[in-house]
Amino acid sequence: MSAAVQASRPDRTASRAAPRMTGTGLLDALHAEWTKLRTISGPGWLLLGVVALTIGLSAAAVGATHCPAGPRCAVDPTKLSLTGIEFGQAVVAILAVLTIGNEYSTGMIRVTLAAMPRRELVYAAKAIVVTGLVLVAGALAAGGSVLAGHLILPGHGFTAARGFHVVSLSYGPTLRAAVGSVLYLGLIALLSLGVAAMIRDSAVSIGAALAVLYLFPIILAFVTSPAWQHRLQRWTPTVAGLTIQATTGVHSLPISPWGGLGVLAIWTGVALLAGGSVLRFRDA
Amino acid sequence: MTAGALSIPRAGAGADAARGGFGRLLRSEWTKFRTVRGWVIGMVVAAILTVFVGLFAAGNATSNCSNSPTGPTLSGKACLPYIPHGPGGEVVTDSFNFAHQPLTGNGSITVRMISLTGEHANITNGHGAQVGGALAAGLAPWSKAGIIIKRSLHQGSAYAAMMVTGSNGVRMQYNYTGDTAGLPGKVSAAAPRWLRLIRSGDTITGYDSGDGTHWTRVGAVTLTGLPATVQAGLFATSPTYTVTNTSFGGDSNNGGPSQATGVFDDLTVSGTPAGGRWADTAVGGGGPVRGPAGSGPAGSGPSGFTEADGRYTLTGSGDIAPATPGPDSTYPTATIEQSLAGAFIGLIAIVVVAAMFVTAEYRRGLIRATLAATPRRGAVLAAKAIVAGGVAFVVGLVASTVAVAVGVQLETSNGQVVLPVSALTEIRVVAGTAAMLAVAAAFAVALGAVLRRSAAAITIAIVTVVLPFLLAVLNVFPSGVGDWLLRLTPAAGLAIEQSIPNYPQVTSVINPAAGYYPLPPFAGFAVLCAWAAAGLALACYVLRRRDA
Repeated sequence: MSAAVQASRPDRTASRAAPRMTGTGLLDALHAEWTKLRTISGPGWLLLGVVALTIGLSAAAVGATHCPAGPRCAVDPTKLSLTGIEFGQAVVAILAVLTIGNEYSTGMIRVTLAAMPRRELVYAAKAIVVTGLVLVAGALAAGGSVLAGHLILPGHGFTAARGFHVVSLSYGPTLRAAVGSVLYLGLIALLSLGVAAMIRDSAVSIGAALAVLYLFPIILAFVTSPAWQHRLQRWTPTVAGLTIQATTGVHSLPISPWGGLGVLAIWTGVALLAGGSVLRFRDA
Repeated sequence: MTAGALSIPRAGAGADAARGGFGRLLRSEWTKFRTVRGWVIGMVVAAILTVFVGLFAAGNATSNCSNSPTGPTLSGKACLPYIPHGPGGEVVTDSFNFAHQPLTGNGSITVRMISLTGEHANITNGHGAQVGGALAAGLAPWSKAGIIIKRSLHQGSAYAAMMVTGSNGVRMQYNYTGDTAGLPGKVSAAAPRWLRLIRSGDTITGYDSGDGTHWTRVGAVTLTGLPATVQAGLFATSPTYTVTNTSFGGDSNNGGPSQATGVFDDLTVSGTPAGGRWADTAVGGGGPVRGPAGSGPAGSGPSGFTEADGRYTLTGSGDIAPATPGPDSTYPTATIEQSLAGAFIGLIAIVVVAAMFVTAEYRRGLIRATLAATPRRGAVLAAKAIVAGGVAFVVGLVASTVAVAVGVQLETSNGQVVLPVSALTEIRVVAGTAAMLAVAAAFAVALGAVLRRSAAAITIAIVTVVLPFLLAVLNVFPSGVGDWLLRLTPAAGLAIEQSIPNYPQVTSVINPAAGYYPLPPFAGFAVLCAWAAAGLALACYVLRRRDA
């Protein structure tokens, strides 16, 4: 049938038909996903929320912390400046979940998959578009947070003269922490996307994603056994992942900064694979 | 016009139908709830996860110890020292150096105190804190020395004492939990402090004075069942000196022993045998700490009591105070609410289900049928809040009862000292956790009705409860600012879980992870209720004003 349809109009739309024949490639999928995200207002507001809430919480944390003249303060200025990531990650998770969840709740997913039968392409396109947007927003958020720390902290007693490093992207560990925080947000987006693909319901997915983000640090706070504390610090996604923000006492951390981000990447990979398998093998 | 004409018969029939109407409304909402399989499963999963996560957090700490460097490693209960209990049944710390004489019948003890000095473990605070080295001069805030009348030399026996403290002025303390402030300021030879305790029957009255002639009554306490002969005398003690590094990513506590030395003269006692001698007893190993910190247990040094020309010098370490949860405690203490950490995962599941309970109706258009069947929209909202809250309460009650009951068993068998509380407090903690979940469910229902989108409602409900708590636990903000997060946000409701009060006479860090909240339990719960009430009021308003 479709061959007949195409055969009837090769002359008129030769230039258009050619891409349509291969019209289920990754580029088209990307274009479709980008259009979907671009044309509704929700994602834009959420991305703005990532930037605003992250910088807002970071600035609040930086503004509230003073190091009085007397004692030395056991504060990691860079980590303090990037506090807002704790908040921003929640918005990132919502954005990523809604990218898939909204399609299931409106039934749009059936149209999407009918148009793009190669589901892994749809999934990859969603992942690329969301992660790209999150990385951009995350870069603004982390940059703004570092700037807040750079401007405010020296006035609060965190001066080089007292042994604190300057919070600035020209300082290697701070640059690593800031870039790592942006990557962290990207991984959180992918993790949430995988969770949403597995669960296929926005509400439940958001609950599950926020539980993954916030529950482990809370459990860690309540656990009293040092051995289990160490294990949780090394192997839970957000606690390990956020060690990328540490710039002081790096050698006494339970896991190295990049190693911690790697642990988060493993969790993300597992969630993406599981979500992908569900999308691939289940009826939508 | 038409609406007015229609409202007349409705109002007339309303008085009769309203009650049956709301009952029916409740039943229809309950039917909606229980027939959605996912929601029922969600609630069951919430209960199971709450219990398991809570027991995991509470049950994995087993303390290991050894009696001697070469001896076998012991674990669990075998590690515990003798745990004294105070007259009120609470676990207490009772270690101090005591220069005493028997006091028979009514009598009094008066002394002038001219100095309180101390030494504590030399802890370098900063990046990479170090513990060790020689003792450094200085007092802990609650280092204390003074006079005491105590039932016996047994740890945990009843007492009343007048004392000078490191930085809290003169205090009268009794029976471990009682604490009344007297004269402020520090003691010195230029500004001495006179202290007096008078025993009359079971009642002991404490006085202080700055000049020895003008006395102020600080307080009186009745020590029920005090025997005729008690021990009276001088005491000195000083709690573990703790430096807490509150920094983002969790705080670290560095502690070490400390000791306090009090110098007294003009000691007069009435009611003791004439010419009695002062005996020195290190109650509970509360003698002085000598040598480098950590080189030996408290009380391993010389006796620490000297008497020359009517001047008495007494050095002691330890504390006379209630045992508290958290890292500063003398024993590996645990609280009954420690196994309720899993309530967070229960909370997340309950918030998801409660928000969907409203938003699912909007998504599927069922809300129009619901509101057509019951035009009183406020009543619909109330019925939804009651059903969601009721289910959350029952689920929470089952989960928290199991978690606390099993958790206390686990902690005890792991060799932790579970701080005992009254049955009423235990009920408040367990039922309060369930009520907290119920109010959070009502809050989520309100958010669902206002926002009509599950994603937004769930996010706001979870983030406003969980994130402030997390930021407070992680010490992102300095404690003063962090405390306000737990006073103003819905997370304040978790204070209902605190079983051990914030004793002012024990230095502790206000951190929910250690069992302390800045607000009293019911005040914190009231804050959460206020959020839910405000949310429901707003939901009621917009539900009436808006087209469904």
